[in-house]
Amino acid sequence: MARYVELLAEGQGELLGWRDPDENRAWVRDNKPRGLLDKRMSVREAVERFVHDGDYLAVGGFGHIRVPMALIYEIVRQRRRGLAIAGKTAVHDIDILIGAGCVSKVECAYAFGHELRGLSPAGRRAVESGQVKVVAEISNGGYQWRFLAGMMGIPFIPVRNLVGTDTFEKSSAKQIRDPWSGKPVTLVPAAYPDVALFHVPRCDRFGNAQMDGILVEDFELARAARRVIVTTEEIVDEEVIRQDPRQTVIPFYVVDAVCEVPFGAHPTLMPYRYSFDEEHIQEWLSLSRSEAGTQEYFAKYVYGVPDFAAYLERIGGRRTLERLQQVERLRAPAGASRRSRRRK
Amino acid sequence: MTTEMRATDYTLAELLICVASRLLEDNRAVFVGTGLPMVAAMLAQRTHAPNILIIFEAGGVGPQVPVLPVSVGDSPTFYRAVAASSMHDVMSAAQAGYIDYAFLGAAAMDAYGNLNTTVIGDWEQPKVRLPGSGGANDLGSFCWRTLYVMRNQSRRTFVKRLDFVTTPGWLGGAGQREQAGLPAGCGPYRVITQLGVYGFDEETKRLTLLSLHPGVTVAEVQENSEFEILIPPAIPTTAPPTAEERRILQEIDPDRMVIGR
Repeated sequence: MARYVELLAEGQGELLGWRDPDENRAWVRDNKPRGLLDKRMSVREAVERFVHDGDYLAVGGFGHIRVPMALIYEIVRQRRRGLAIAGKTAVHDIDILIGAGCVSKVECAYAFGHELRGLSPAGRRAVESGQVKVVAEISNGGYQWRFLAGMMGIPFIPVRNLVGTDTFEKSSAKQIRDPWSGKPVTLVPAAYPDVALFHVPRCDRFGNAQMDGILVEDFELARAARRVIVTTEEIVDEEVIRQDPRQTVIPFYVVDAVCEVPFGAHPTLMPYRYSFDEEHIQEWLSLSRSEAGTQEYFAKYVYGVPDFAAYLERIGGRRTLERLQQVERLRAPAGASRRSRRRK
Repeated sequence: MTTEMRATDYTLAELLICVASRLLEDNRAVFVGTGLPMVAAMLAQRTHAPNILIIFEAGGVGPQVPVLPVSVGDSPTFYRAVAASSMHDVMSAAQAGYIDYAFLGAAAMDAYGNLNTTVIGDWEQPKVRLPGSGGANDLGSFCWRTLYVMRNQSRRTFVKRLDFVTTPGWLGGAGQREQAGLPAGCGPYRVITQLGVYGFDEETKRLTLLSLHPGVTVAEVQENSEFEILIPPAIPTTAPPTAEERRILQEIDPDRMVIGR
């Protein structure tokens, strides 16, 4: 048997967010709070303090589900530039950030599309014109395992996908011979995003965050990222968390900021609370077909309002939001807007 | 070609859904996306496969789906589910061998069932940037039998050479998946298009015609492919949707979002 592991193949994609595990351990030791600190702050302050130009950013949720949109709009408002984004079924979040000119690089598992709603005009335009560069490809499963390795504090994790394809060739993965089975095995590198953003239904002031419904990859991502901002529908008393600790997905010691933002996922869906705002999503998809329309959207919904509360008024306020709550509780049909989409 | 031209009383989507649904066996697990595959799995659940286990990549496991989801992560994907879990959990289940079937679609496919959903044109400077793998590379790597639904078979979608191989089919032929390091014994199983149903030749792993949809000819199948499709001597006709299947489809999708009009 060989004395060292045989390297069989290497992807040529750019390695985003990898760090030497000892370097990251030391950073965690020196920078992550282990005490119960009150981390409540405004969305504006959280973005000012923890999101910087050029950061490698990952966003919790999935597609149009539980996406921390108040933070996304604030990043646009503060005009961050040069972000590298984890395209881990990044849909509405990345589209808004790209449209606003905040993004220069993407590692892509899934981006530039809106699932059943079709391809993203803003994302496509940016990549096809070269404004945004896709620096690496990967798959959804592959990406979340990069976060798993990051969370575990190990340099990589062996998996059995990606190989045999151009997705592997353009990824940052490598392939070695498994010293036990003798078969080729893929290694995906750990990823430690500079900052990760989440929106949750409830969280205490220390950052103990609970979720309802599927977790997607938020459990792993929150533990892998260096900085974590949590927005929450409501800040609850610590006692609420302690009465049902099994529901805690993100523990306080990985969290840096807690912001109370009711409807903070609008226009995306918050499980058991409110559904997609299909009309708003369609307005964005329609306006973002042109650069002028894109600017019109941001003037109306971001630069033209001081904060997320004012944005919620602009999208129709209480009346719109109550309707979205009814839809999510299956008390009102989503059908009307879905049908109108079909006719287009 | 459209089914409208054939003057049938069912839509093309209904035909594709019924074919897909009949391929799913009871007491098996299927990874589904939204749209047509979701409706096919729901139809199977309400007909011959009441115990089929439906799994979504974002973590929904075994839901009793009340309304059609528009995303593989939205609430109906874990409505009355047995678990609202995580991507790590369900992708690991697939890698560990629990998932029998997965549905995939693509912008283009080659004769070995390799798929492109990443770019049209050059990767560095694409003519069209598509969304990328999503979960497709994972499912195409891990699930025992993958099922493809492509409703627009043509010389642009059935191509000799893909601009980009996003998801592995049989790669370049038998044994190549294992050689590359993918799990043994799995791969593409059926391809369903607007023209017919296909499988893959045992020896060569090249695309082989299995049945023609009503009114479709072998010549049409070949004309609508850049690569040569293997044609066995006797080709059956795909069984059209039954009245009962169509009644259930109307229940599943009352707005006819997916099944069409």
